[in-house]
Amino acid sequence: MAVSLRDRALLGKLSLLVVAMFAFAVFVMPPLYNLFCDILGIGGKTGSAYQAVDVEVDTSRSVEVQFVAMKNETMPWDFYPRETSVSVHPGESRSVIFYAHNRTGKDMVGQAIPNLVPFNVADYFHKTECFCFNNQPLASGEEADLELVFIVDPDLPTSINTLTLSYTLFDITNRSRPTLAQAQ
Amino acid sequence: MSKRARALFCSPLTTAILTAAAGGVSASTDGGMGNLNMVRGVTEVSQVAYDVHMLMMWICTVIGVVVFGFMFYVMYAHRKSRGVEAANFHEHLGVEIAWTVVPALILIFMAIPATSALLKVYDTDNADIDIKVTGYQWKWQYEYLGEGVKYMSELRTSLDEVYGRVPKGEHYLREVTEPLVIPVNKKVRFLITGNDVIHSWWVPDFGVKRDAVPGLFTAAWARVNTPGMYVGECTELCGIGHAFMPVVVEVKSEEDYSVWLADKKEQAAVYASTVGKQWSPQELMEKGQQVYMRSCAGCHQPDGNGIAGVFPAVNGSAIVNGPIDGHIGILINGVAGSAMQSFADQLSEVDLAAVIHYKRNAWDNAVGDVVQPIDILNFKNAQ
Amino acid sequence: MAHGPAKGISRWLFTTNHKDIGTLYLWFSFLMFLLGGFFAMVVRAELFQPGMQLIKPEFFNQMTTMHGLVMVFGAIMPAFVGLANWMIPMMIGAPDMALPRMNNLSFWILPFAFAILVATLFMEGGGPNFGWTFYAPLSTTYAPDTVNYFIFAVHIMGASSIMGSINIIATIMNMRAPGMTYMKMPLFVWTWLITAFLLVAVMPVLAGAVTMMLMDINFGTSFFNAAGGGDPVLFQHVFWFFGHPEVYIIILPAFGVVSQIIPTFSRKPLFGYSSMVYATAAIAFLSFVVWAHHMFTVGMPIAGELYFMYATMLIAVPTGVKVFNWITTMYRGALTFETPMLFSIAFVILFTFGGFTGLMLSVAAADIQYHDTYFVVAHFHYVMVAGAVFSGTAAVYYWLPKWCGKMYNETMGKIQFWIAFIAFNITFMPQHFLGLAGMPRRYADYGLQFADWNMVSSIGAFMYGGAQLLFLFNVVRTITHGQPVSDAKVWEGADGLEWLVATPAPYHTFIKPPVISAGVEGPEWRVDAPAPAMAFKTAPEAG
Repeated sequence: MAVSLRDRALLGKLSLLVVAMFAFAVFVMPPLYNLFCDILGIGGKTGSAYQAVDVEVDTSRSVEVQFVAMKNETMPWDFYPRETSVSVHPGESRSVIFYAHNRTGKDMVGQAIPNLVPFNVADYFHKTECFCFNNQPLASGEEADLELVFIVDPDLPTSINTLTLSYTLFDITNRSRPTLAQAQ
Repeated sequence: MSKRARALFCSPLTTAILTAAAGGVSASTDGGMGNLNMVRGVTEVSQVAYDVHMLMMWICTVIGVVVFGFMFYVMYAHRKSRGVEAANFHEHLGVEIAWTVVPALILIFMAIPATSALLKVYDTDNADIDIKVTGYQWKWQYEYLGEGVKYMSELRTSLDEVYGRVPKGEHYLREVTEPLVIPVNKKVRFLITGNDVIHSWWVPDFGVKRDAVPGLFTAAWARVNTPGMYVGECTELCGIGHAFMPVVVEVKSEEDYSVWLADKKEQAAVYASTVGKQWSPQELMEKGQQVYMRSCAGCHQPDGNGIAGVFPAVNGSAIVNGPIDGHIGILINGVAGSAMQSFADQLSEVDLAAVIHYKRNAWDNAVGDVVQPIDILNFKNAQ
Repeated sequence: MAHGPAKGISRWLFTTNHKDIGTLYLWFSFLMFLLGGFFAMVVRAELFQPGMQLIKPEFFNQMTTMHGLVMVFGAIMPAFVGLANWMIPMMIGAPDMALPRMNNLSFWILPFAFAILVATLFMEGGGPNFGWTFYAPLSTTYAPDTVNYFIFAVHIMGASSIMGSINIIATIMNMRAPGMTYMKMPLFVWTWLITAFLLVAVMPVLAGAVTMMLMDINFGTSFFNAAGGGDPVLFQHVFWFFGHPEVYIIILPAFGVVSQIIPTFSRKPLFGYSSMVYATAAIAFLSFVVWAHHMFTVGMPIAGELYFMYATMLIAVPTGVKVFNWITTMYRGALTFETPMLFSIAFVILFTFGGFTGLMLSVAAADIQYHDTYFVVAHFHYVMVAGAVFSGTAAVYYWLPKWCGKMYNETMGKIQFWIAFIAFNITFMPQHFLGLAGMPRRYADYGLQFADWNMVSSIGAFMYGGAQLLFLFNVVRTITHGQPVSDAKVWEGADGLEWLVATPAPYHTFIKPPVISAGVEGPEWRVDAPAPAMAFKTAPEAG
């Protein structure tokens, strides 16, 4: 059966449409998505580094920030916060340390995934420096003191007095790219 | 939520409506067909959930009786066999508007207590105690944050009961090795997560159910007003053991709880410095050498080469360089018919782990693996 | 000059005739219904008593999963697609579907897909065991190796549904007889038009979800894995964005069937035709924005949870409108209670009951106690079995005479109805109590306090299975030994183009379309000029 000229033109246009759809999905969607997330500040994930600006420290109230460390099933490292909770004033910059120790006989790479409870106050919790921004390579037997520096936003609703920040540590040795750098 | 909105939803009127509706029967614990309804429970949240459940049930019952009653009437009165003639009307705007607006109003009426109930569920702030609950395949782990107390809670019912080889006990599938213990009248916040797949932690009497998702934490709270034992379940399919990981919570008086917690902390401290601790390879080598020289070198010699024909060499030995379980097995069980005895009772788990590690990594041996005291303990328990 | 069907097996393999394809879908769906029912019997047999007597928990999980998958994707959906294929062209005066060859493809990939899915039960590692909702990471990191076959089968089923829906939309929009405006179409056609749009919108979302699963399992991506920055809860959002409209996809055609049957046996036109159309459209629209009511315990922020609660409660309004319209159709009609009417009345009562438990479930604070328990299982079996399955059964009894020209035995039909109705309630009413008393779903075993109601439920389930075998017997007996139908219209109160063609319906109908009278909307329309087609009888007076 011969394909008519009109059908051939339609086929061409439809094929072009399909290619355009793939190109959109692969090249246009990711930057658009990132833009959306930046504008809307999607909650739960406390996101990437916060550029600290000068804020007024609100000394009239204190917020308790608790720290919980969780190791995923296949993660044999020691991992715990050196302080399980701190009391801060909103606007005040504070540093806490999480201890990690690779007790195994092999070099490994870990990734800490943060999570904040209650979820909807993620917008008010800013991390200026966090070990969760990068993966953590630790050689066999190596220990590390991993730093988190954060600021609680003064606009935090007054009904919230406790924030609980948790990190779940995953083993990504087989997922991360080659050549383990020396840990900090 | 603004103060005024809160006041509206939590007003005495709302409470009155809910309490009036809750006149129904609460779940009995006698088992069998007496179980018709939800428990009213022992916390504010469980009671508010029960009240709103009963309210919805009664409203739906009334609507159902009216609507189906009318329908049964129609089925009786308008049967062709009664000789009726069918009418021909088939639309009426007024009636359509009426039965759109009236249900919408009923829904708004329902939404008010439903909203105030949900506000209570989310009130997790200002807790007295924080407990981390972790779902494992197929057991729970409870950790008292800030107290250093952590333990697993596993089903105690035996497989023999499950498979009918022995009669089922009265607490079949409702008993665990170590229940969660909390004090009465204190606000307890549960931070719940999963270790592997999604589980869900539910205690009906507390009105607490939150999914245990790996990689994130969910929060729930309870302030229990009556001491006792309360049983719950895992409520998210998590594999073959889904039905076999119950939740058991023991609610003690405040004094009993303090005593219990102090005792647990002491146990935890002892454990942490020995078996529970994760030893580094260097620590194991050091200790292992001491143990070896003290307990093994007499036969296997300080250089590990043994005495030919009498005591086998451990340096270069197939067992020592082979799979770890085989090696542990030799020390735990000994070798029947030989001078190699079982060291399970003579050496602590710490010593056993250390000496095994030392042998595997000393002289010409370089297996490279690390065995921890907890591994020895698990091996012994599994036998 | 149309010729009859081809002979032998190639008739069925290569047919492009909507009636043949409808027949294929219906028989396939019934076979799947019996298979899914068999899986359910295994489940209920094991749950007859506490303890594991017959099977191990790993196999139990496969049975519950396969029961759900086969029933939803293999029984209910194809059954209503079969009804659509048979009836829509006749109801709108069209000779066939718009894309007959794609119609054939849409059907024939289904047996292929289900052969793959069922074969996984016999492969190493066993079949899918993660529930029909297949949440990650149980269905990704922890799944048996056969999960890739499962994903493949789901893709094929999705393709079948999408192609079928495109066909239905094209047919309804382009091939209505002259004068048949949208607001003259029978309600079954309307509900299928709306359902087809729902399918086209959400089946690709399911395809997306299983493809992301495939990527996570095989290609190291982290859509649902927190370690790589993903989120298991994302799976739930994507799945339920499909899953909630899916349940409306299941029920809307069932609504359409009941809207055809009740007016027939009330001898009175459907009350509130335009309201019924708008209500169906409203339900379909709302179904897109309520998905997270399946996720009330996953830890959503309260604003989200409140929104989904309110939106879900709202669906009760258009659904209630439909129920009231059905009852008002019956009001002051002249009712007879043949088997299709019995099933349709039972639908109205039992579906509404399921709707009430759905309303209770929508209250998030109470849902804390209902979620993932047998209360939910009871709810969805009331709406899907006493809802969709009863409606499908009613449709078969209703249209079987038109399809095969033989009348079923009314006494046997009534007996089958009563056994099914009673058995259904014995099976599923106690499950409400079990859920309220604290028994979770997907449990292979349970504590002693749940024993009595589980035993009752299992007894009902076996009885219900027997009722389905009786249904099969009734249908086969009718086809082979039924009394030939005396009147082409079959039912005294029947109305619509499909009743104007001969009985049994000729292989090709409406080769030339009839012309519908202009100006009169709703069920009052008349055929102006019946086309001179084969074995076409003149339009009767409407009741």
